[in-house]
Amino acid sequence: MDKGLYTKREDGRKMAEVRPMNAKVGIVPSADGSASFETGNTKAIAVVRGPRTLHPQHMQNAQTGILRVSYGMMPFSVSDRIRPGPNRRSEEISKVSEWALSSVIDLREFPNTVVDVFIQIPQADAGTRVAGLNAAALALAHAGIPMKEMISAIGVGKIDKTLVVDLDKYEDSEYHDGEGSTDIPVVVTSRTKEIALLQLDGKISIPEFKETIEMAKKACGDILKVQMDALKNVTEEQDE
Amino acid sequence: MSNTIMPNLQKEKIESSLVENKRLDGRTAVDYRDIIVEDGVSKNAASAVRVKFGKTEVLAGVHLALATPYPDSADEGTFMTSAELHPMASQEFDIGRPGINSVELARVIDRGIRESGFIDFKKLCIKKGEKVWQVFVDIFTINDDGNLLDVAGLAALVALGRARMPIYNEEEDKIDGFSEEGIPLNKDVLSFSMTFHKIGNVIVADVGKEEEAVSKFRLTIAVGNNKGEPRITAMQKGKAGTINSEDMEIILKLAEDKWKELFPKIKEYVFK
Repeated sequence: MDKGLYTKREDGRKMAEVRPMNAKVGIVPSADGSASFETGNTKAIAVVRGPRTLHPQHMQNAQTGILRVSYGMMPFSVSDRIRPGPNRRSEEISKVSEWALSSVIDLREFPNTVVDVFIQIPQADAGTRVAGLNAAALALAHAGIPMKEMISAIGVGKIDKTLVVDLDKYEDSEYHDGEGSTDIPVVVTSRTKEIALLQLDGKISIPEFKETIEMAKKACGDILKVQMDALKNVTEEQDE
Repeated sequence: MSNTIMPNLQKEKIESSLVENKRLDGRTAVDYRDIIVEDGVSKNAASAVRVKFGKTEVLAGVHLALATPYPDSADEGTFMTSAELHPMASQEFDIGRPGINSVELARVIDRGIRESGFIDFKKLCIKKGEKVWQVFVDIFTINDDGNLLDVAGLAALVALGRARMPIYNEEEDKIDGFSEEGIPLNKDVLSFSMTFHKIGNVIVADVGKEEEAVSKFRLTIAVGNNKGEPRITAMQKGKAGTINSEDMEIILKLAEDKWKELFPKIKEYVFK
């Protein structure tokens, strides 16, 4: 069988190997919940504030609290400076992240409130939305927001003909040979193993796609372990 | 959940404690919190650093980009400071358009650096009238526990002090990674800002968030070095209270003492 052009990863990882991970819970003392999550050179932080009263009032829901997610990259996170503030890309990622997190949290105990999740990327090397979601899930758990289950997130994909886990920047956006690069961010729920976020950009066959999802589920199992360890070792006391 | 309203009781507690030169966290009125400076926030920028005063935490990064000079300074690089008081850092910050506090913070820091001559803008000229380096300082707040102005000010200086100069590829008119060299700075004009607040009748240095909320006025003073003696390079008063001459004497004396204590450390942070 034709193995294609991409037979070796630049950083020496196996095709299904996640970059070294590091998670910390309790990094912003004034917040209700906070966490950081790193994979390789990609770093994400997430902060939770709330439940708090939602303004304007007409957006309030008397049946349940609502979740609001804002994702952004810091100006110095990439080599070409990013203008501060929201843009189309960050707004879309905020929305899909909000859907993914909403699928596991339950805010019916907190009608008329909002829970704000702020995700920020200080240093980017691809996979920022999934690193952000791993941090956000930790921050929500840290804040004591009722959750039906945890989520873990990973980018999987295909480089030329080879299926890979956790694409870095070179694989994600600089590799153009052969069939090029396909990038698939996936969020997997911890207990029911359902998919809470799915995006795809590239070209991939149905059998290959199915296989990448299995690879994502397996990787998410490893990520979940890192998340659970971090939750057991909260680094700093929060302010009262 | 954090509390945004400052109860009168807490205000009285802060004020009465200060009469005995004590603060609720155990410091005297003029003590600074522990300062922590770290590198390596982002490999992708010319520099990106983390500065903490106690629990107040700020990140700052520097980028250099190619730009066209302004017509009135055709042989000088340009400079821009931006600050995000991100809602991540405090219950009181909102997302969206920068509010007046973000704008003031960025402008005070921008002015301080620009006017001091710390950056050698002439050396940032590539071709007169056509191509110069543009220096961006981006400030991002992580946790606000008071005195953001001084923490962000120091973060900006440290980020500039540690920034790497990019390599300009003239043939292809683009940037090719970073050199070993720093960006051109006039190291001897380094000045840093200290903000003092009046709380009750006491002048307080490096305020925490609650102290900041109950103070009558604040005065920010940037002080540099002139042959071993302190020299004021910028000032900004904030809030509605007024400064009497006694307050002014106390603040200036305090600024001088604190400058002598902190300046050697600050120099080390910036020019590590």
